[in-house]
Order: sequence, then structure tokens, then C-alpha cells
Amino acid sequence: MSVRASLLPVGTPRSAFGKLLKNETKIAWRVPIGLILGVAVPVLALVIFGSVPGMNKPAKSLGGLSYFSVYFPILIVFVLAVLSLISLPTHLATYREQGILRRISTTPVPPAWMLAAQLIINLALAALALAILVAAGTAGFGLGAPKAPGEFTLALLLTIAATFAIGLWVSAIARSAGAAGAIGQLFLYPLLFFAGLWLPRQRMAPVLKNISDWTPLGASVRALQDSMLGISPSAQPFLVLTAWAAIFAFLALRYFRWE
Amino acid sequence: MSLSSAGGAPRATGHREAGFRAAPGTPAPGTEVAVEVSHLRKAYGSTVAVDDVSFSVRQGEIFGVLGPNGAGKTTTVECVIGLRSPDSGDIRVAGFNPQTDREDLHAITGAQLQASALPARLKVSEILEMFHSFYLDPADLDEIMDALGLTEKRNDYYKSLSGGLKQRLSVALALIGNPQVAVLDEMTTGLDPQARRDTWGLIEGVRERGVTIILVTHYMDEAERLCDRVALLDRGRIVAIDTPEGLADRAGVNKRVRFVPSKPFDDRLLTDLPEVQGVQRDSEQVIVTGSGELANAVILTLAGAGVTATDLHLDSANLEDAFIQLTGRHLHDEFSGKRE
Repeated sequence: MSVRASLLPVGTPRSAFGKLLKNETKIAWRVPIGLILGVAVPVLALVIFGSVPGMNKPAKSLGGLSYFSVYFPILIVFVLAVLSLISLPTHLATYREQGILRRISTTPVPPAWMLAAQLIINLALAALALAILVAAGTAGFGLGAPKAPGEFTLALLLTIAATFAIGLWVSAIARSAGAAGAIGQLFLYPLLFFAGLWLPRQRMAPVLKNISDWTPLGASVRALQDSMLGISPSAQPFLVLTAWAAIFAFLALRYFRWE
Repeated sequence: MSLSSAGGAPRATGHREAGFRAAPGTPAPGTEVAVEVSHLRKAYGSTVAVDDVSFSVRQGEIFGVLGPNGAGKTTTVECVIGLRSPDSGDIRVAGFNPQTDREDLHAITGAQLQASALPARLKVSEILEMFHSFYLDPADLDEIMDALGLTEKRNDYYKSLSGGLKQRLSVALALIGNPQVAVLDEMTTGLDPQARRDTWGLIEGVRERGVTIILVTHYMDEAERLCDRVALLDRGRIVAIDTPEGLADRAGVNKRVRFVPSKPFDDRLLTDLPEVQGVQRDSEQVIVTGSGELANAVILTLAGAGVTATDLHLDSANLEDAFIQLTGRHLHDEFSGKRE
């Protein structure tokens, strides 16, 4: 059965989705993997970066930018990558592995509702983390508001779309929590590398930076950075993000299975 | 050995007789068919799990699906509730096709599946309330919780439940939607004897509400106690469909009546009866073998001669015997694994 099939069956009480979402929220609180990795860790990292003396000073090796302003967009993509590639797929794959999705598929509730509930929860965690990061980064640690707020917002939304599309695809194909973790990390670390987590894009060799431009998180950091600084961003990173989102959303819908 | 004396539960006996006399393989005329399976076939790769399986279950009936491991029981019922798609054949559940009418099907069915867990960090009450909310016309939450002995455990996390409690919760979830048809796959596996009997009582109560139940089991006593009719499956094929007694009769296994007579009598009194095949004496005890309504015939004849049969035992052939007779194999050879 595909995800498209009957998302709103007539014979299912609409209140069932509320109950499902409520229970899934309780689980997200009781097993706070997403809350810790996706919210607490990046926020803590931001506070540490922002508090270390010298992090706010422009550095020649970063083309005149400060470490803090370079790492700010990287932390943003870190949040989205962890929630979409680790938190979402491992939870759903656990449900598949334990036959929970299968059990729900024998009720009037479409299992896609479970998927939707998990998406909502992880997106809410992402929104929480991003709100804290943006508020703390711009106001608290003096980055200032993005100089091109429209592009900044668009870059954020496209990054959410791209990362969660990849995460949904991982959720779709992984049979077990172990497999989901493995596939998720197979994406996570290279993507974070090209986002500049270990070596900022400003210091990458041209060939690496070129590759980075075509990866979702590399494109995202580029677009976020440029719109922060008000450098008129090129269309390329936005198109790259859109392509990743479209391709993996299609693959996720195409290959999703309940068992 | 089942000791279904002549004066056993009148409802069950009447029901079974009616079903048996009407036609063993099909429901009695005039009764509504709840589940109809025709020529079902399902293969996994080159392994044929179910081959040309056909049966009808009438409304309100408890229909047993019995067989050794790998016989195709689970595959059959998973096709019935739409979890698997048959390679060929036709299935109707309350008129719905499980493959094309999934929503309608799932609104009126409840399922207890093998190997399906629930979220570890949800409480019993949270799981029950959630499944309760999935249906338009659900059963009473407290009543179900009470009937399955889950009320005391309502605040326990699923992961902390014992195997038996998990099983009970699973049965509760199959019934919580107030289904017309419930499919219970190995319902009492993992339960202690008391919990098994409690669950049987619950199922009998559910039957009285007119719910049709398909019960997959490998427990003889469970099938004999609960099922109106039983389909014996072996290697993906139906060997026989009949009432539990009908199957035992069909297997040609003799019944045996043992008693101590109140006063001496001539063996010929009994050997003249058409139901009786042999009479043996073991000190005080008389052992009569035969078939049909053996116990009634023996008791009535003795009473006519002024003899009372005391310490009366009726040993009838059971489904286990029937299965061995019909397939040449033991039912319990190898049911260590759960999936099939």
C-alpha cells in the first residue's frame, strides 16, 4: 500500500489522530532522544561557542568572518539533520521492527497517520531548536538579524524539506531500528562534513567546496550564510535543496512499507 | 481426553449438532455468512503456504483454525484481515473484499496478531484509549479492561508487562472496536492456565453478543471448548472441516464409557446395542467401547434393567486423535517456532 492511499478514510474518527499525536508526544518526552540530540546539544553548543572569548572576532582564515558566525548556520543544519536523519527514522523503524505499524494497519487508522504524527513532533522539535538558536544567535550573541530575511526563511524551509525528505526515505526503507541508525548515520556524517562541521566551507579546498555546494547541507549553509550577511545569494543552493527534497520525497512515497 | 458427558453445555451441544447435521463444511442454510474464503492460495517464493483453502464462517460462530506449525494457519487469517494479498482465490468478510475495501474491513474487524508489540513507553490505559478512539462505535473501555484483568495494570508501561499481560492487552485491543468479526491468532499462547480459562470465558461472552470469531490455535482443549466448527489444516491444505465431535467421529476413533454397576448384569444387555462394539470387565469396573450416542444408550438400557451406572466416565476421542487419524501426523510435532 502506498502512502497516498486513503489518508482520510471516512470510517475513522478524526479525534483518533489527536490521540495518536498525544501518545507519540508523550513518548517523545519519555524517550527524549530528539529533545536531547536535536535541541539540547545544539543549543548548548551555541552557548559554548558564543561564550568562548575570541569566537566573535573576525578571522582571516575564514575570509573575515568570526568563528561564531561561521558555525551558526552549521548548528542550524545540525539540528535539522539529527532530527530528520536519526530521531525520525529510528523511531519509525522501531515501530516497523516490532510490528506496531502492522498492528495499526489492521485498525481503521491509516498507518500514514503515525508517520504524520512523527513528522509533526520532529518538526515541532526543530522549530523549538531553531527558534532558540536564531533568537540566541542574533540577539544574545550579537550576530544581528539576517540581512536578507526572506532568503533566510526560504533557505530554512527548503533545508527542512530536503532533510526530512531524506529522513522519510530512510524511515521508508529501513526494516529495523539498527538499519535505520546505520543508514541515517551514513548520510549524517558525510553531509555534516560537507556542511563544514569539522572544516568550515571557507577553508575547504576548491574541489571539496564544489562538492559541498551540491550536497543538501552544504547548499543550505551557503544559502543561510549568504542571507545572514545580505550577500545576494545565487539561485543554485535553493535549486539544489529543492532537488534533494523532491527526489527523496518521491522515493519515500514510492518505497514506504508498513512491515 | 475430553470428558464431554451427555449432559454437557446444552447450548454448545445443540449448536454443534445443528452445524454437523446441516453440512460440516458449510454453514447451515438460512444463516448469514460472515466470512467466506474460496480457493485461497498464497505462496512465498517457491513455498506454497496455503493451497486451495475454502471455508465459510457463519455469523456468531467461533471457527477454529487448527494445525501444526507451518500448516498455513497464520497466512490464511492474515489474508482474511487484509494483511497479506492472496495469489488467487476470493475472500469476503461481511461482504467486503479485504484487498479493495480495507477501510470498511478494518472498521468492523478486530485482530490479535502474532509477533506484534506495542510502544514500550506507553501505559496500558494510554494504549487502550488510543485504540478505543480509532473506532466509530467502540466497546466499553472499562468493561473490556475489567474483563481482561487489566484495570489494576492500567498505569503500567507496556514494556513492564509480563508476557501473559501483553497477550491479554492484545486480545483487549482486538475486541475494543466492538468488531463484527474478530481474528485471534494464538490468543492464549503464553498465558498461565488460569488466565487461559479467564480468556475463554471472555470469548464465550463475546460470542453471546453475536461476534464472529476466527480462532487460530494449537491447543486441543481450547478448540474443543470454544469452537463450533474447526478447520484442520496440514501443509497448506484443509484436511477436514467439522464440529470437534464430528471430526473425532469421522476419524473413526471409538468412544469409551467406564462405570461401576450398582448390581450385576449380563453383558449381552449391552452387546446387543447397535452403538456398542465391546464390553470388558476390569474387577468392578465395566468398560464399554462403541460409537454414536454411546453413553445415552448404555445408561438408558441399564436403567431399564434396574441397574445404575455409578462413577461414570465418558472418554471420547479428541481432536488430537482426529488429527493423527486424518493426517498420519502429530499435531504437536514441532510448534516451537511461532511464525508460519
